[in-house]
Amino acid sequence: MTEDKVAVMIPRELYQKIEEKIAGTSFTSVEEYVMLKLENEFPDETEYTEEEEQIIRERLRRLGYIE
Amino acid sequence: MKKAEAAEEASELPKVEVSRELRLDLENIASGLYSPLTGPMTQNDYQTVLAKGRLSDDLPWTIPILLDVAYETAKGFKEGDTVTLVCEEEPFATVTVEEKYGWDKETHCKAVYKTTDPAHPGVEKTNGMNDLLVGGPIMVFNESPGKYPRYRLKPRETRFLFKEKGWRTVAGFQTRNAPHIGHEYVQKTALSFVDGLFINPLIGKKKAGDFTDEVILESYEALIQNYFLRNSATLVTLEMEMRYAGPKEAIHHAIVRKNYGCSHFIVGRDHAGVGDYYGPFEAQEIFEDYPDLGVMPIFFRNFFHCRKCGGPQNEKICPHGEEDHENYKGRVMRQLLREGKRPAETQMRPEVTDAILRHSKPFVE
Repeated sequence: MTEDKVAVMIPRELYQKIEEKIAGTSFTSVEEYVMLKLENEFPDETEYTEEEEQIIRERLRRLGYIE
Repeated sequence: MKKAEAAEEASELPKVEVSRELRLDLENIASGLYSPLTGPMTQNDYQTVLAKGRLSDDLPWTIPILLDVAYETAKGFKEGDTVTLVCEEEPFATVTVEEKYGWDKETHCKAVYKTTDPAHPGVEKTNGMNDLLVGGPIMVFNESPGKYPRYRLKPRETRFLFKEKGWRTVAGFQTRNAPHIGHEYVQKTALSFVDGLFINPLIGKKKAGDFTDEVILESYEALIQNYFLRNSATLVTLEMEMRYAGPKEAIHHAIVRKNYGCSHFIVGRDHAGVGDYYGPFEAQEIFEDYPDLGVMPIFFRNFFHCRKCGGPQNEKICPHGEEDHENYKGRVMRQLLREGKRPAETQMRPEVTDAILRHSKPFVE
């Protein structure tokens, strides 16, 4: 395990269910599947520079999407 | 290279003419809407998309994005060259030619459309394409304003919009129709467990009998203004050609909505279907093969009006029999509207009907 990872315990039964679910798919491990689900739950926020934020906010305001 | 430099350089390069539809696809690549694509597909990606519905690095992708070129034109450049792409006499992008390769249209049609019937619009289009394909990264230096600039946002803008609205979860809704009450209840049911609804009508080449783009936009504006909570739904166009590839296209539509920033994607009955080439729920079943899609599909069966319940219901919540049910029949409503008549208010909101009937020709001819 690399230093920037931590272990999380899940019930073995759940682990086995995930193993069954990903059989034959492109997932190579239960960890990969769980990671994807969690990443969907906590997606990386798209990053914007201040200048870009200002341009987008102005455009959205002009088009009536935000006030 | 900066866009201005690319534009200047482009004037000296060999040129390839592309259709309006392909230009939209290439602009969608450039805007990030077709992420992770960086250009029309090279052979390796194309072959794995056909065989497995995935790119060569195994990421989900089901609809080939292809730059087809005539043999005569392709003689003017070789692999490694940069070529200018031109649409309706306007240079708009360059492609660095990584590969030129041939393709088998029959195999293509079977894999993408599940048919080789020339009556299928996707097959018909494929049969009319050039025999050589070019793959490689593109740079768009001259983006078209779009048919409706007021409604056209890029993924970075929609993601920002969702953040500004405080929407953590967003359901994307694909449409090529003016909304009837069945659509509205699908949307509202989804909205009851996500923060926001992203109504994303597809603008582009359609088949005869479809609602025109103007009608779709105006009818949705009427629906949102009159029947949705303020700040719960937003309307953004997607300029992209319909392929009518049923299940394969449903996955493509989901990927595009994920790129817009949606957490969920609504998949209805016969999504992206045409005629009877696909089973009514095939476009839902295919999601079983894509647990790694990164966007959660929300499946809906049909809503109907139940006379006993007195409103829209579906088979999971209505205890009454078929004799009490009136289906929302798009075809019947379209026929009434074509004759200038109004569908019943239990079928279509009066404001939506008004928005449609304001147009003398609400359908594509």
